[in-house]
Parts: sequence; structure tokens; C-alpha cells
Amino acid sequence: MNFDFSDDQKQLQDQARRFLADKCPTTAVRAVLEGGQTYDRALWIELGEMGFLGAAIPEEFGGVGLGHLELCVIAEELGRAIAPVPVSSSIYLAAEFLMAAGSEDQKRSWLPKLASGETIGTFAYGEGLGRVTETSIKATVAGGKLSGTKSPVPDGEIADVAVVAARDGGKVSLYLVDLNGPGVTRETVESIDPTRGQSVLTFKDAPAERLGPAGEGWRLAAEVMDRAAILLAFEQVGGSDRALEMGRDYALDRMAFGRPIGSFQAVKHILADMYVSATLARSNAYYGAWALSTGSSELPVAAATARVSATQAFQHCSKNNIQVHGGMGFTWAFDCHMYYRRSNNLALTLGSQSTWEDLLIDRLRQRNDTPAAA
Amino acid sequence: MNFDDTPEEAAFRSVARAWIQANAPRELEAELKSGGFGNNGLKSVDPIQVAKAWQKKKAEAGWACLHWPKEYGGRGATPIERVIWGQEEGVYGALSGLFIIGHGMCGPTVMAWADEATKERLLPPLASGEHIWCQLFSEPAGGSDLAGLRTAAVPATDGSGDWIINGQKIWTSGAQHSDYGIVITRTDPTVPKHKGLTMFWIDMKSPGIDIRPIKQANGQSGFNEVYFTDVRIPDSQRLGAVGQGWSVSLTTLMNERLSIGSGMPTGFPELFDFCMNLRTEDGLAIDDRSVRSRLAGYAVKASGLKYTGMRAISALSKGETPGPENSIGKLVAGATMQELAMYALDLQGQAGLLSDPTQAAAGARFQQMLLRSPATRVEGGTDEILRNIIAERVLGLPGDIRVDKDVAFKDIPTSGRG
Repeated sequence: MNFDFSDDQKQLQDQARRFLADKCPTTAVRAVLEGGQTYDRALWIELGEMGFLGAAIPEEFGGVGLGHLELCVIAEELGRAIAPVPVSSSIYLAAEFLMAAGSEDQKRSWLPKLASGETIGTFAYGEGLGRVTETSIKATVAGGKLSGTKSPVPDGEIADVAVVAARDGGKVSLYLVDLNGPGVTRETVESIDPTRGQSVLTFKDAPAERLGPAGEGWRLAAEVMDRAAILLAFEQVGGSDRALEMGRDYALDRMAFGRPIGSFQAVKHILADMYVSATLARSNAYYGAWALSTGSSELPVAAATARVSATQAFQHCSKNNIQVHGGMGFTWAFDCHMYYRRSNNLALTLGSQSTWEDLLIDRLRQRNDTPAAA
Repeated sequence: MNFDDTPEEAAFRSVARAWIQANAPRELEAELKSGGFGNNGLKSVDPIQVAKAWQKKKAEAGWACLHWPKEYGGRGATPIERVIWGQEEGVYGALSGLFIIGHGMCGPTVMAWADEATKERLLPPLASGEHIWCQLFSEPAGGSDLAGLRTAAVPATDGSGDWIINGQKIWTSGAQHSDYGIVITRTDPTVPKHKGLTMFWIDMKSPGIDIRPIKQANGQSGFNEVYFTDVRIPDSQRLGAVGQGWSVSLTTLMNERLSIGSGMPTGFPELFDFCMNLRTEDGLAIDDRSVRSRLAGYAVKASGLKYTGMRAISALSKGETPGPENSIGKLVAGATMQELAMYALDLQGQAGLLSDPTQAAAGARFQQMLLRSPATRVEGGTDEILRNIIAERVLGLPGDIRVDKDVAFKDIPTSGRG
């Protein structure tokens, strides 16, 4: 049995960690948070040059052609660094949509530019308050022109191209829309984590090109969101580990009552529980990585499992990191709130925790009903 | 990344599987599968007799104590082979519950600390199931603080060199069935607590030993109290030097934490099945959104433990030592089962009160879990001790301040109210 990453993959992870320690310290995240920029453009371009963005994109489409296990370890490091770059929108979603459903032309047009970071993609499907369901999608396409409003759209302000879920008469289909083209209005809105910003996109007769078969949009979206959920789970696992380390380090340094606070069991047990949730999430994320890389029929179960577990862990670790830091953890000057903000962003961005809990139970049930299940 | 056996592992698995298929007591399979929590569930046969028979059969074919050296009755197998054997033995592994303490803890301790002649005499009949062993560590006043134990061994006054033991042990699994045990005693109360301890092996039929089953909170009796009244032990039964008992006990306890791949049950599969079939006034329980949310939370815990185990097995497969992530198994499984069992009862409404297997839903399985799970959170290291271990050994946080550290044992206060 070899339920682990290979030595080469671990080496790649180490390389990504060192790169990000150098290029993406928390001061870089803070620069975006404090409003100087919408994302770290220089870091984004370098991530492209290093081949990190294109790790899972085939060489013929401008990527590095490694695979999804490699992208998983890179995602973990991006999560650890809470990198202020649109990687989930552009790589885990837009590029995955193109690889899953794009025509040869569409792949040739967009994938090389997504892999290099020159172009940013996103996925626009929700239309306001509440869970997104197939019936909640109202945007329409008629004669190749898209109209409707999508909100919130992650990285909508900086994206060049969006995969948009809309209907042409009947069922939901997916469309590629050039956000720099006519008929597109963007409005950036405040959100809990400005380092991965949110926008409202309004389309009025914007040119839209179908991606994938007509009427298959909802199925495709579910498939690609499963893949993205696993990659995001690795970001969450990386973030959990870092939040745990921050809490541990502070508990070792901070003195109270003449002792390091980490010598009090009340504090030790908080940190031990953070370790437990981070470990469970890591193991579940590995399950997701295995399913993603092998194309297993278990992928839907594995994705929901990885997602629910990772969301729990990052939420748990980031909030308790603040708790261990006490009052200092609630200052703007300390970094704890940036992890807390990111954990809440990641918990919601691809559909809320309760949405994924529902999906997990549906899928476990289907698996139980399938006699051939492994 | 894969779950596949290496060619060597696959070859070992097929040999093990073939032998088990040809030799296992298949007539007991159904009964073992329906086993309860806290016992192997056998009612149609004498569980001691069938356990001994299965162990003897395994020993004769070289399948006993896989991790032990061959000269002491083991197989000299690798850690990964031991895991594969456990997977293949499956439900029949429950028959070996009687021997877990002896094979997993007492045997390795004897192996590490006894002289060669003693090892050759004691270990093979332990491996083959002829003898059952127990571990006499915990005391009424020494649980988490094991080194606070009070059972005293003093030199006999007749100059024979023998030791005379007086005191009381508690939570001794299988003492009533045991032929031998290892017992940790205090031989010097004038030095700090860890320094005055000495370990012995002991014949459980020795005069002066009185074994009384403990009626547990769940009504079962899996554990015992063992009273020692002027029990005489020859000095030749000492394991390690006088005063070295704490180091000897660490050999035993380290082996306790090495049992990998034997995933602890959480009760999740049972709860999921239950919710798939339970009809409420609104339809099936599993269609209720609040039920689904709870189930998902338990599902990821069960899955997280399963795949944490897979990571440990993978480390073994590569010849590495599994990392500290294994310390979370009991901590997660015990608390999860306790909470999940009460949730299953809640879904049953007032009828959840019933624990009569002929009346209660799912054969009263959840009621059994509810009543047994408090013990899981205490035995073999409480949840709190496990959290301390994770905090100190994994995360590197400071140890507790020990006010009794440099105090002679006899001067440590024994009552919180002075």
C-alpha cells in the first residue's frame, strides 16, 4: 500500500513552500488586504513562470503536464501561505472546466494563458442569497448573447474570462464569456476576505460561447466543483496546519502566571484538538487526491468528504488560533484574523458547508445502493 | 498514490487468506459478526475454549504472534504482514481478544527484560494460547498517575530473597482467566515515585491472590480487581533491576500504542444504516436535513480515521515508523461513538429508552454503545492524557509542572482536603 505522495511530489511541495516563504510572506497578503492592490500580480505571474499554475494542464495546452497530485501539494502550500491570488477561480475552476468540456479551439485559446497567469478565469454561477441549485439559475442566453446578474463572483474584478451557468430556453448550459468584451459590467463589493475579492457581474447581451454540450451545464458544474473541492481542501489543510503552528508558537513564547501559556492544560488541549481536526482533514484530503488522480468512481464521495472535513478543520484551527492568542489575536496587527478571514472565505466560496454535507449524504446513499461498490 | 499491495504483500495476503479460509471456525462467523460492544458476543459455545482452540491451530501452522521471533513461538513477520494478517483474519480476530494483553504487552515485556531460560519457558505457551496473561498496573489510587501506585513488594524476612506483595490492582482485563501476569509494585517509598518501582512476572494461581470481577456501569464484567495478601514471589521472577520498574513499564505501554491498522469503531456505519431505514412522521430519517448534517459530521470522522490508518499502513509498507497521527484514533472514536449513540436514541423518541434487545430498535445496539463508550474514553489513557501526549510529544509544548517530582513517595499528600 502506498497511500502517500511520492518523493518527487514531496520535493515539489518543498520547492513551493520555499518559494512562497520568500515571495508570499504575510506582509504580502496584508498589502492586498489593506487595499493597495486587488491581488498580488507579481506573485501570480511568478507562480505561472514556475509552472505551479500549469502543473495539471497538459503540455500541449501550455501547461507542465504533471498531474493533479502535484497540483494538490501546490494547493496545500498556497493555502498555508494564504496566497492572495485567484488560483481557485482561475486554475481549480476555469481551467478544469476547459479541460473537462472545452473544444479543441477553446482549450487552445485559453489554457496556455491560464497556465502562464497572463489571463485570469473564474466561474460565475450563483445569483444572490441562498444555496445555488439548478432551478435558482435564471441568467439566459439567446442568440449567443448572455443576460443576467451573477453574485457573488470570486475574483470577478480581475478575471478576463468567466465560465457562466445560464439557460438557453430549457436546461442549464455553460458559456465562456470574455469579461473584457461588450455587455459586461463589474462591481466589486466588500467581503469578509478582500484578499480573494468578490464582485457582482451584470451581463447585458454579452457575447457568450457555449462550453460543453447544451443542457449539460449543471452536471458539468457538479463534476468540476467536485474536483475543485478537493484542491480547495488542500488549501484548507495547509491553512489549518499553519494556524495550528501559529497557536503553538505563541503558546510557547507567551508567559502568564510565570509560565508559558502552553504549559496550561486548558491551552494544550485546545491545540491538541486542533491537531486532531487537522489530521482528520489531511487524511480525508488524501482520499480526495487519490480519487482525483485515478478518476475513481468514488470521486463524488471523496470530494464531499474531503471538503466537509477540510472546512471543519480550517474553521476550527483558525478560530482557536485566535483563542490561544487571547486579545492579541483580535488585533489587526497580528496575522490571526487573516487566516480566520480566509477560512471563512473558503468555507463558503464553493457552496456552504451544509450544501456539501447534503451532497455527502446523497452520495453515500447512492454508493450503498450500488451493489458493485468497492 | 494507491491502495495496492506490493507483490510481496500480495503474495503474503494470498497465503494468509487461503489458510484462514481452510481453517477458520466458520460455524461461528455469523455469531461473531453480531457481536456486541465489550465482548465477542459468543453465546452458543464457551468463548474461552474456542479462543484457545483457534490460537492453538494458528500456532501449529505458524500464524500465532506474527510480530514475535520464531524461537518464542512467533513468525518473525514484518509489521505490514501483521497488518495484512489482521485484515484477512477479519471477524475471527475477535476470538483473540483474550490474548491481546498477553501477546501485545506482557510478552514483549518479558522478551525485553527476562533471562533466556525464562523466555524459552514462558513465551511459547503464551504464543500458542495455552496460557493467558494479564497486566497488573492500574490501582484505585493510580490511574492516569500510574507511578502513584501503592501495591508494595518488600523482601521476605526469612532471608530467602523472596518478595512479599500486598495491595490492590484494578481494571485488570481477563485476570479471572489468566495463568500469569506482570505486576508493577513499589519497593521503595522513600525515593521519588518513579524511582521506587519494581516489575515482576507472577503466577496468578499463587496463594494470597484474590480476583473479584468488577460490575461495570454498563452491567457487564470485563475487568477485575485483584487483591494481593502476603503473596510470595521468588526474586527470579523480577523483570529488570530493583527500582527500574518504571522503565520496564514503558516497554509495555509503548507496545500498547503500537497496535496499528486495527481501526477503532465509531458506530457510523450502524447509524447510517439505521437512518436509511428509520421512518419518521416526515419520511425516512435520512431525508431530514438536520439528520443529514449530523450524519455528515460523523461520516468525515469515521472516514478520517480510516484514511489516517491507511497512511500509517503505508508508512509500515515502506519500512518507516508511522507518525504521531495514530495517537488520535481512540480520542476521536470514543467521543464520536458516545455522541452518535445518544443521537441514534434521540431519533427513536421515547422508545430510545428501551435497551431490551427484543424491543429496542437495531437490537439495542445503540443503547449498548451508549453505555459502553464512556469506558473507551478512559481505558488505556483518558482523553485528557491523550491530549497531553499530543500536545507534549507531537506539538512540543511543555510538560505539566509536577509538584511531586522530587518528593519521596511517602511524603506525597494523599487527600485533596488535607
